[in-house]
Amino acid sequence: MDYESVIGLEVHVQLKTKSKMFCACQNKYGSPPNTQVCPVCLGLPGTLPVMNEQAVKMTVLTGMMLGCEISPYSKFDRKNYFYPDMPKNYQISQYDMPLCKSGHIDLVKECYPKDAQNQVSAAKRIGITRIHLEEDVAKSFHLETTSSIDFNRAGTPLMEIVSEPDINTPEEAFAYLSTLRQILLYGKVSDADMEKGQMRCDCNISVRPVGQKEFGTKLEIKNMNTISGVRRALAYEIQRQTGCLKKGENLTQETRRWDEAAGQTFGMRSKEMAHDYRYFPEPDLMPVDTAVFMNEVKSWLPELPAAKKQRFMSDYRLTDYNAGVLVADLELANFFEVGAAPGKNPNAVANWVVNDLLRDLSESKLAIAQSPIKPLDIAELVEFCESGKISSRQAKDVFVEMFKTGKMPHRIIEEKGLSQVSDAAALETWCDEAIAANPQSVEAYKSGKTTALNHLKGQVMKLSKGKANPKTVDGILIKKLSA
Amino acid sequence: MAHRLSLREAAENIRQRKLSSVELVQALHTRIRKIEPKLEAFLHDDFDLAVKQAAQRDAQPADGPLHGVPVAIKDNISSAGRPCTCASMMLKDYVAPYDATVIRKLETAGAVVFGRLNMDEFAMGSSTENSAFQKTKNPWDLARIPGGSSGGAAAAVAADECFGALGSDTGGSIRQPAAFCGCVGLKPTYGRVSRFGLVAFASSLDQIGPVTKTAYDSALLLNAISGVDPMDSSSLPQPVPDYTKYLGRDIKGLKLGLPKEYFIEGLDPRVKQVIDQAIRHFGSLGAKLVEISLPQTPHAVATYYVIATAEASSNLARYDGVRYGLRTEKPGDVLDMYFRTRAEGFGPEVKRRIILGTYVLSSGYYDAYYLRAQKVRTLIRRDFEKAFTQCDAILTPTSPTVAFKFGEKTDDPLQMYLADIYTIAVNLAGICGISVPCGFVEKPARLPVGLQILGPAFGEPIILQVAHAYEQSTPWHLEKPNL
Amino acid sequence: MSTNNSGKKIDVAYVAQLARLELTGEERVRLAGQLDRILEYVDQLRQLNVDGIEPTAHAIPQVNVFRSDEARPGLPLKEALKNAPQRMNDLFVVPKVVED
Repeated sequence: MDYESVIGLEVHVQLKTKSKMFCACQNKYGSPPNTQVCPVCLGLPGTLPVMNEQAVKMTVLTGMMLGCEISPYSKFDRKNYFYPDMPKNYQISQYDMPLCKSGHIDLVKECYPKDAQNQVSAAKRIGITRIHLEEDVAKSFHLETTSSIDFNRAGTPLMEIVSEPDINTPEEAFAYLSTLRQILLYGKVSDADMEKGQMRCDCNISVRPVGQKEFGTKLEIKNMNTISGVRRALAYEIQRQTGCLKKGENLTQETRRWDEAAGQTFGMRSKEMAHDYRYFPEPDLMPVDTAVFMNEVKSWLPELPAAKKQRFMSDYRLTDYNAGVLVADLELANFFEVGAAPGKNPNAVANWVVNDLLRDLSESKLAIAQSPIKPLDIAELVEFCESGKISSRQAKDVFVEMFKTGKMPHRIIEEKGLSQVSDAAALETWCDEAIAANPQSVEAYKSGKTTALNHLKGQVMKLSKGKANPKTVDGILIKKLSA
Repeated sequence: MAHRLSLREAAENIRQRKLSSVELVQALHTRIRKIEPKLEAFLHDDFDLAVKQAAQRDAQPADGPLHGVPVAIKDNISSAGRPCTCASMMLKDYVAPYDATVIRKLETAGAVVFGRLNMDEFAMGSSTENSAFQKTKNPWDLARIPGGSSGGAAAAVAADECFGALGSDTGGSIRQPAAFCGCVGLKPTYGRVSRFGLVAFASSLDQIGPVTKTAYDSALLLNAISGVDPMDSSSLPQPVPDYTKYLGRDIKGLKLGLPKEYFIEGLDPRVKQVIDQAIRHFGSLGAKLVEISLPQTPHAVATYYVIATAEASSNLARYDGVRYGLRTEKPGDVLDMYFRTRAEGFGPEVKRRIILGTYVLSSGYYDAYYLRAQKVRTLIRRDFEKAFTQCDAILTPTSPTVAFKFGEKTDDPLQMYLADIYTIAVNLAGICGISVPCGFVEKPARLPVGLQILGPAFGEPIILQVAHAYEQSTPWHLEKPNL
Repeated sequence: MSTNNSGKKIDVAYVAQLARLELTGEERVRLAGQLDRILEYVDQLRQLNVDGIEPTAHAIPQVNVFRSDEARPGLPLKEALKNAPQRMNDLFVVPKVVED
């Protein structure tokens, strides 16, 4: 029997505001413990929350980017449960009137894991049930006999983005998360770094025999620190659950913890306590009327990856591949556009960025922002090639030097005395030498093997130490050989 | 004899340099030391802090309206560096690290904060018997309760241990003890005074207000503490008039409503007699008395005890032994710590309300209790909206009885709750009310009776005007208990 | 439901569990009785017709009460930890968390 899995994701995203959700403490990652706290986020007696306007608007923007309906009227509720990382033992969240509802994410090929991209046939749409805004809890460190708590994180604005159970494979989950992350970065609403906990993902997964209508037993998996980790955890869990079902075992509804090092999930020990969150409207906060600021937030809407890709393909005539790679990272896309602006050959700029720059950056473990080569340097390099001032061989060398030193192309060309030789006399001499030294190639060419010309050209380039203009060389060789 | 001064007189004495702030603090301290063994109205002695602040005031120009005047504070209002126990074992050793907005505002007006007043634990009660620390006596009869929950405030004002105090009122906690002790207690419109720093009992009902010797003093304190606060989202941006300006205006021709539902069975006939006389007096002052109807009155207590306990159950969840306050000895794990800390830290009334409030919010009961109560609350609001189209202010008894004896009602919580009938609807509707002394019941002891004057939202000017007119034409506010 | 822990209406033991309150047997029995009486009284609300009535969550409603997104310093570390029952290395310390 074949089995299929049904997966829904609950993604928590920390918003990149200056201050916390309900107090003016700084919202910053990595400060010394308990140095970003105040009476409000410590839940001291008598304190009250006040909504961060920017956080509400950023959530609405996220909703717009994900094609959601924005609720005209939204409110906050208290979710009551006890946990030491929760200062008030209730979390201010949204229950029945979230800010955003019914959106979607379209999965495109480039967002799947590289090794799975060739299996992707059609685009797939994953529904988003809702997005609501809440406050993050503190960070606990569990030790042998005690737990310690740092309240710096408590009160950080946190969006919860809930997907429909439309995901069927670990690869789709990967693509969903990469696309979501891309969009969040485009909207500048979050840095969405999973390793820093800025984006966290809980997976709900059930497995059922193909053809069965009812869902299988739903399990939750937590504690994945990377998008790849989510993929691995899901793959493991599908295999485990399928194995159980095949053996005729029953699955129990539970929460399992992903152990990255072990590459396995483990059931979490939990004392049996009823979950009854006793939601009720937060009396300390007033409701939100989104109509008042809809136009303002609309004006913040960025060009999203899909639209940017289309534009790159139509305006710059980039290949589907190049455009896809570039838009996957907003900074990279912006880098490209700056470089493409002055020249006539944007595709050449794209090639340099996609093939050469990305390779070198990844080898040196640098981000695009740290690139020693600036976009206009690439534009200049392309211009030197286009005008025939240097050969593409030389350009490769210049690029290596640019990456190494950060110098601009014209400086490197000047210093190294690089420039293409188009002087007929010099070229003719090298061509004659090449013809004389390679009678077999001459013979081959004359008998109709036109590819032999390339060998001769290669010899000329060698003799000229790469300085010969290959196009001019072509002409001279053909003329001489057909004489 | 400086302790006998009214707040207004104390302020004038300082302005005219007849008395210094330090002298006032010392005079009160002397009085407190003499009276406290009998009365037990104060929980903590912050004389050292107060006298230091008074000395600073004496060195400054007397420009604030309350310059150098000591004001006492109910022990549920946060003041930096002072305890804020809420009369609970839970917060016995807690020292507040921040100021409530009303404390800041008092200090801006030049006042000196002096004295922390006893109360029912977490403001839950009508007799101050629920204090975990001591039983405050009624200055008129030491065998009787002072009312509650601001019993310490009312007793201290009536006994000249302070010139005026700030209390809090969730269902009558300022007005009822003021009535029982023969002083003036005002519950401002919800949102008139910031709740930031007031330890929450029921967030949608709580309001801070003055307890004073006269209506004029009430206006003076209200002037100082009113106004919108960016730290409290429920505070309202209504302008703050000078409330003293309305005092002395004629009340001839004003329409005063008498709700027929308030003068029925349950009202002690001796109290009714005193109230009837007061109402006749208003007739002689030229006010027009009109019968009105508040038909939802019979449902107010039930509505209140659902909403107030639900909010309280959530507000009091933060007392868990993690960040501040009591922690039980040698807890085995976190759950053990929660259960035992809360069992040891809370008194019986608080536990009762937490259980009731948790229940009405719990799964399956929310609609039947909490949601329904919120809807009835709408009906109660409408009753008052309609009533205020027919009259300018409403006259009622503050309480159906006079101060009762210790222990008289402790075994029957429902009877205790039902006695709040005249004060509770005011909090549900969010409107304002003031209780003023209006005579005495002579047997079995000479005990004060309070008249409640209700106004619409932001109707503080009219209720103060009416209260002042009554007070100035009657001798009741001049009577002092024989201590 | 009708053990001596729970009254006719309320299961005190269950609710106390939700509220993280340890109650003695005697407390449970007393509370069950008292709360049953209170809830019987509260049941008068069920007789009211509230169809189509909007619930009141705030006595005086407002919308969009915001603060602008500006950071300000909070409490100094020493003040933040001042009231902590147990602390170590600038962290609040609690006994072992057994629940997940």
